[in-house]
Amino acid sequence: MLYKAIVLGASAGGFYALRKLIPMLPGEFSIPIVIVQHISPTSDNYMARFLDNLSEIKVKEVDEKEPLLPGHVYIAPPNYHLLIEEDRTISLSTEEKKNYSRPSIDILFETAVLAFGKELIGIILTGANNDGAEGLKKIKEAGGYCIVQDPKEAEANAMPIAAIKKSNPDKILGLTDIAIHLIEMDTNIKSGKTSKSNDTSNN
Amino acid sequence: MIKETDNINHTVNLEIELILQAIFNKYGYDFRNYSKAHVKRRLLNRLHASKLKSISEMQHKVLYEPDYFETLLRDLSINVTEMFRDPGFYLALRKEVIPILKTYPFFKVWHAGCSTGEEVYSFAVLLMEEGIYDRAQIYATDFNHDVLDIAKKGIYPIERIKEYTANYQAAGGTQSFSDYYMANYDSVIYDQSLKKNLVFAEHNLVTDSVFAEVNLIICRNVLIYFNKELQNRVISLFYESLINGGYLGLGSKETLQFTNKYEKFAVVNNDEKIYKKKLL
Ligand SMILES: C[S@@+](CC[C@H](N)C(=O)[O-])C[C@H]1O[C@@H](n2cnc3c(N)ncnc32)[C@H](O)[C@@H]1O
Repeated sequence: MLYKAIVLGASAGGFYALRKLIPMLPGEFSIPIVIVQHISPTSDNYMARFLDNLSEIKVKEVDEKEPLLPGHVYIAPPNYHLLIEEDRTISLSTEEKKNYSRPSIDILFETAVLAFGKELIGIILTGANNDGAEGLKKIKEAGGYCIVQDPKEAEANAMPIAAIKKSNPDKILGLTDIAIHLIEMDTNIKSGKTSKSNDTSNN
Repeated sequence: MIKETDNINHTVNLEIELILQAIFNKYGYDFRNYSKAHVKRRLLNRLHASKLKSISEMQHKVLYEPDYFETLLRDLSINVTEMFRDPGFYLALRKEVIPILKTYPFFKVWHAGCSTGEEVYSFAVLLMEEGIYDRAQIYATDFNHDVLDIAKKGIYPIERIKEYTANYQAAGGTQSFSDYYMANYDSVIYDQSLKKNLVFAEHNLVTDSVFAEVNLIICRNVLIYFNKELQNRVISLFYESLINGGYLGLGSKETLQFTNKYEKFAVVNNDEKIYKKKLL
């Protein structure tokens, strides 16, 4: 499968998890990644800058109307929802909170499904609420690929558990294995092979 | 199967195009150049809540029921706002714009997309504290008359006052915030003196034109809902409405950088998105 984008949601414990996951990706990793990390509405873009310094791949807080480029990680700004347009640019909104959150993972995932259909990978990491479960289900229903962080490893397991219950993901993995798996899928895309991970049955 | 869903999505997009055209022709509100993802999300949510089967059914309903149009208008205009939202913006105004306004015997300010008015009262407070409120004429506009009614009254629920007080202090407030309102048991009403030089009026940024020449325009978190083409048009409207050397303040995630008029403005404060119309 030719995946065109990765959307990732994380909440409590997410900063730590991202600090581990994102630097494992090589500079030439090609699939754009869009991240909603629940964060206090008054924080600055510290997280994006911090991750960018640690990583080979480019990490930035998104600007509105920005197009998604290969090799980039985009982080939602505090206090704005992030929506993906069908022309694969980014829009922001200050509409009401969803699941007590702005940015909301569900809103990112739901709009990403409309933009990318089955060419989408959805990932849920650690968190203490159930934002993202609904959105991950929609990715699955559209034929996309779903990964959830192993609740045993997650700092807060409520969000992974909710996501697993709702969407029956393709893979449940620890952070290191998520990175390895993503790199493998990306390499297969670049070499023109279709990933076998859809039919190997180790989950 | 997957082909099928692609097809359905295409049809939904077509239906959305048609309903926006229908709304424009019938009611004069033009959402055709709003962010597509935003419009689609809001319409599909409403579709779900209305228990209708398709956007086409919704189109029928909106054409025959003006009340239903009001519902859609509310859905499509996101009215979320607060007092002294982004305190850093107000600090920057105090530091970089107010000193210039002080040099004028009389000046005009335009809040475009003012929603329920919190931003306007915040700015009025700031002008009071800087001692130049009496020299100001403030126009506050929105295309949604419901929110303007609330703004005119200046009465707000009390539960957010703690948060607003913190914002006020972070925004460089020099008094006690409670000096500016009277509290009832569940609401606060802003002081009459803040209203003296305010005019609230309906104005649609997409379809209406220049109505005054102003020294400062504040338009925050409105452009994010527009596509690039419409952003360009609205920025041109602002450009024409500003005096030479006039100021424009946008939302913290909005920028002039990718618009046609970028060259015609100087950056005053990049973080707080404050610009100045260049002298010609
Ligand atoms: C998110 S609110 C921003 C409120 C305030 N400026 C702030 O930043 O807190 C956006 C406002 O823009 C208004 N708006 C949207 N489209 C508009 C248009 N075409 N003309 C005038 N106002 C519009 C909406 O009704 C809404 O009140």
